[in-house]
Amino acid sequence: MSETPSSHRPRFRSATEEPAPVRIGLIAFVVLVLAVLVLAPLGVIFSEAFAKGWAAAWKALQSKDLQSAIWLTLVVAAIAVPLNAVFGVAAAWLITKFDFRGKAVLITLIDLPFSVSPVVAGLCLVLMFGANTMVGGWLVAQGMPIVFAIPGIVMATMFVTFPFVARELIPVMIEQGRTEEEAALTLGASGWRTFLTVTLPNIRWALLYGVLLCNARAMGEFGAVAVVSGKIRGKTATMPLAIEMLYNEYLSVAAFSLAGLLTLLALVTLLLKSVLEIRYADQLAATRRH
Amino acid sequence: MHIEIDEIAKSFGDTTALQPVSLAIPSGALVALLGPSGSGKTTLLRILGGLEYPTSGRVLFDGADSTGLSVQQRRAGFVFQSYALFRHMTVFENIAYGLKARPRKLRPPRAEIARRVAKLLDLIQLPGITDRYPTQLSGGQRQRVALARALAIEPRMLLLDEPFGALDAKVRKELRHGLREIHDATGLTTIFVTHDQDEAMELADLVVVMSMGRIEQVGRPQDIRERPATPFVREFITA
Ligand SMILES: Nc1ncnc2c1ncn2[C@@H]1O[C@H](COP(=O)(O)OP(=O)(O)OP(=O)(O)O)[C@@H](O)[C@H]1O
Ligand SMILES: [Mg+2]
Repeated sequence: MSETPSSHRPRFRSATEEPAPVRIGLIAFVVLVLAVLVLAPLGVIFSEAFAKGWAAAWKALQSKDLQSAIWLTLVVAAIAVPLNAVFGVAAAWLITKFDFRGKAVLITLIDLPFSVSPVVAGLCLVLMFGANTMVGGWLVAQGMPIVFAIPGIVMATMFVTFPFVARELIPVMIEQGRTEEEAALTLGASGWRTFLTVTLPNIRWALLYGVLLCNARAMGEFGAVAVVSGKIRGKTATMPLAIEMLYNEYLSVAAFSLAGLLTLLALVTLLLKSVLEIRYADQLAATRRH
Repeated sequence: MHIEIDEIAKSFGDTTALQPVSLAIPSGALVALLGPSGSGKTTLLRILGGLEYPTSGRVLFDGADSTGLSVQQRRAGFVFQSYALFRHMTVFENIAYGLKARPRKLRPPRAEIARRVAKLLDLIQLPGITDRYPTQLSGGQRQRVALARALAIEPRMLLLDEPFGALDAKVRKELRHGLREIHDATGLTTIFVTHDQDEAMELADLVVVMSMGRIEQVGRPQDIRERPATPFVREFITA
């Protein structure tokens, strides 16, 4: 075998690398789709919001109904997301670390909200807790109505978003197995200590990701909340509901300002995630591979 | 510590992992559980460590019935086949874990923990790697760190599941001697699982040959080699 002259020595290429035209084509395609489906609509939201100037948008957001919608959305997310995070961790822990009868049923139940239409979920809540049902009637008599009130909105939001955390955690926890936990137990750690010092640190990135997804969905939920809330302006209308109502009334500056704000909230969570990922890149690498 | 296994059986649903087996292990012995895949070695080891409960039978430590003792109460230094090092902790934190997990009254002060970790790192001949993460270690180094972590809790016995399984031949040989030295230095009753008969014969005082959930023969290496008790043992050790 003679040596290749240095002038045409083949360039070393990784086996998974595609030729340049394919790469450029793919990149162009992805950028185009993103531009049309994601970036353009975002741009439209903000340009519509500021169509009559910054001041008009700002003033629209100051209205009492909009303030109430913003506040309500934040409160509902602040209740539903932590509860779902706890629930998701508990469910994922149960499913991946223990063997028990009915596990498959539990997994299916967790996935149910993904397949049930949110509107149907909302209707179920109304049928169960509406003022003319036994439970609902009693609760109304106690001064704690569920339907057309905040508890119903929280429950509907929780129903729709509860798979997010568990779904994010289960594959990670299956992949990591049980042996680290078992090692901790043999070293004398209690079950709770093992959870706090071994399980939780190992799943924190998946957990964070699940919580952020859950939060984004919780703040944006429309269908289920529309049914249970009764859309009472200034009382039970969340941001997505208020946006729809304003838009239908041709109050486009107010509608788009609120939509812009909702988008910003989502972007903030995304930004937060990216910042954390960059900041803890080394730890992230350590927990992924072993 | 003297260990006695009295008619231990274990089944997982329909599969029988262990027939009733009995075995007495003298204090301070280095014992090999030898057998083909699926013969129940890991299951027996996990029952001793308290990670699995037997379907029937008893385990006695120094003559006392310990079948109901929890994993934590057993104080068995367990080395897992995959090492199971805590991936988000440094080598130091891994080895110190068991000491820090002790109830406040029994927990050594910080300086004492650091001193003990340093001593263990000397013992496994890996000083100066305290700040590395498990991903930054070679297979052999991980194995030794796992051993140091198990030793840190001042265990009553040492249980190792295929401790050299994932390593290349040369490292295996080295670590084999390392284990013998550590065993002799600590005097701990030590049980390790292997399906490598050379490893069992060379390293152990007592070899327990297992097959299909049964103990086929228990004996010193040369006895087993010279007088195999069953056709299975004869075939297995000449293979
Ligand atoms: N958690 C479990 N659930 C169901 N069956 C199991 C479980 N653990 C072990 N078994 C079964 O018990 C039997 C003994 O398994 P064990 O892991 O003890 O074998 P082993 O001798 O360690 O084998 P190897 O050398 O392959 O590790 C096997 O048939 C195995 O399939
Ligand atoms: Mg095994």
